[in-house]
Amino acid sequence: MAMLDVNNVSKSFGGIRANQDITLNVPEGSIIGLIGPNGSGKTTLFNSIVGYHPIDEGSIRFEGQEISKMRVPEIARLGLLRTFQQTRIYGDMSCMDNMRISSPDEGGVGMRDLFSSISPEIDEHAAELLEFVGLHSKRWLLAGNLSFGQQKLLEFAMALMRKPRLLLLDEPTAGINPTLINGLIDRLRLANTEFGITLFVIEHNMRVIMNLAEHIYCLAHGKMLADGPPEMIQNDQRVVDAYLGAS
Amino acid sequence: MIKKLAIGAGLLLSLAVPYLFPNYVTMLAFVWLMVVLSLSWDIIGGQMGYNSFGNIFFFGIGMYVSAVVQRDMFSRGVDRFADTAGDVAVQLTQSEYFISLGVGVVLAAVICVLVAIVLGMAILSMRGHYFAICTLGLGIAAGEIASGINFIGAGSGMVTPLYPEGAGSREAFYYYYFFALAVGTLILLNKIYQSRFGLVLNAIRDDEDKAEAMGLRTTRYKTIAWSIAAFVLGIAGAGTGNLVGFIDPIDVAFTGATFGVWMILTVILGGKGTLWGPVIGAVIFYATKELFWTYLLGWQRVALGLLIVVIVVFFPTGIMGWVRERWPHRFGERVEEGS
Repeated sequence: MAMLDVNNVSKSFGGIRANQDITLNVPEGSIIGLIGPNGSGKTTLFNSIVGYHPIDEGSIRFEGQEISKMRVPEIARLGLLRTFQQTRIYGDMSCMDNMRISSPDEGGVGMRDLFSSISPEIDEHAAELLEFVGLHSKRWLLAGNLSFGQQKLLEFAMALMRKPRLLLLDEPTAGINPTLINGLIDRLRLANTEFGITLFVIEHNMRVIMNLAEHIYCLAHGKMLADGPPEMIQNDQRVVDAYLGAS
Repeated sequence: MIKKLAIGAGLLLSLAVPYLFPNYVTMLAFVWLMVVLSLSWDIIGGQMGYNSFGNIFFFGIGMYVSAVVQRDMFSRGVDRFADTAGDVAVQLTQSEYFISLGVGVVLAAVICVLVAIVLGMAILSMRGHYFAICTLGLGIAAGEIASGINFIGAGSGMVTPLYPEGAGSREAFYYYYFFALAVGTLILLNKIYQSRFGLVLNAIRDDEDKAEAMGLRTTRYKTIAWSIAAFVLGIAGAGTGNLVGFIDPIDVAFTGATFGVWMILTVILGGKGTLWGPVIGAVIFYATKELFWTYLLGWQRVALGLLIVVIVVFFPTGIMGWVRERWPHRFGERVEEGS
């Protein structure tokens, strides 16, 4: 059984059928890609998986547990996390505070949190992860003052801080300086091998996704168009047509 | 070190006020009240980013709860359900007065917290403007409803028990009451803002969707934050009723047009989302307001309106925000070289 099982999922917004009958699975420990032209329903699928909106039909299972009826924070606490296409960080807090607040709360909430300060271990771990994404020297700056690319890296580090089992990345390289992209690919791979985080990645940059993913799904017009290993997808005439607009 | 000395000197001076400036004790008690209100508003308005116009709701509830307890605990045969229920000034002995006040204050705080929890579940899921407008309605509705309940004197108001003879000066007692409340609130919030809880509030302010996506139980945190504000406001309300001596439902208890708006302005003036901003803002605002009332009588409200415009236009981030923009290093924002 795969870690994430998406079965026959459909989702419409009014008359627009954003996802139709999507089936895919993400095995534990893998890096899986999701591609498709703009508006093909990739982000909608991500939103459905993490519980951002209810799905119309189908089922979504995470480690065998049905999650399609659960709410966003519950799913996140199971260890299924996502990053946003439009990067989301806490702008008026320092990078360190962004990291501190991303540490798992270990189920404890409320009155005890009120007075307990942040433990040194958490600070240490946060600093390590910021080092990992190359933001260590900027850790006391307000996150909102970082450049867009740096904010993306920070968001990635925040996700790692939460110690997810499966991480959904929505265009991790969009807006990042081309020379930094190679470094980011390495870090994604390291997160996969070293930290044992399964990755499910939406990406428009073909070079990146062909390098990174071991299996790729391609969506077009809300339907599953093709799936297979990178070499196969690259040479699939339907995928090429979908991207170039031929039909 | 300098900061500690300054705080120490300020505390000593504040303690000595009833002896140094006996004529200004009531006014200075109101300054502390203003500080308390501002601090409590900043918990959710500043730190959590939920602009509430309804905090005065808890202030009023606390005031009435305490007043009712004080009047009825050692009942002297007041006909509580007569039209004149509010007009009778109850005379209590010294011990009766302070016992009933103590019980009243505790009960006011507890009831405000309970109301905040129940109400919070209903309205804290709203965001931005919707939350602001909903809370605005809350304060106004409460004032109107209180005006119709005979048990608490309805529209003609309610008199709080007379301060007992031989227990020192009423003004000095309530000066220390608000002074202690302000210092206690400041210590409590200082602790909270340095904890994980404080960080969660900031996270909700900056991006609530992100906070949810990261698995934070935002609703629970929001409710707790609102309850803390309600707790402080309830105690403040209980004291204010006794300091003023007469509770009018709209002009004293649910006084949205004065304290209800002022507590927001002071925070904007001092700096939202900072610990000391509300304190600084409250003191400056109150001093300015008193000067207007003294020297610009007749035009005082116009001057106050102008002051509000100036605050919003020239100090959008408040005094503390302005200081932070100028000297970010003082607030720990720095880039580490060579690491």
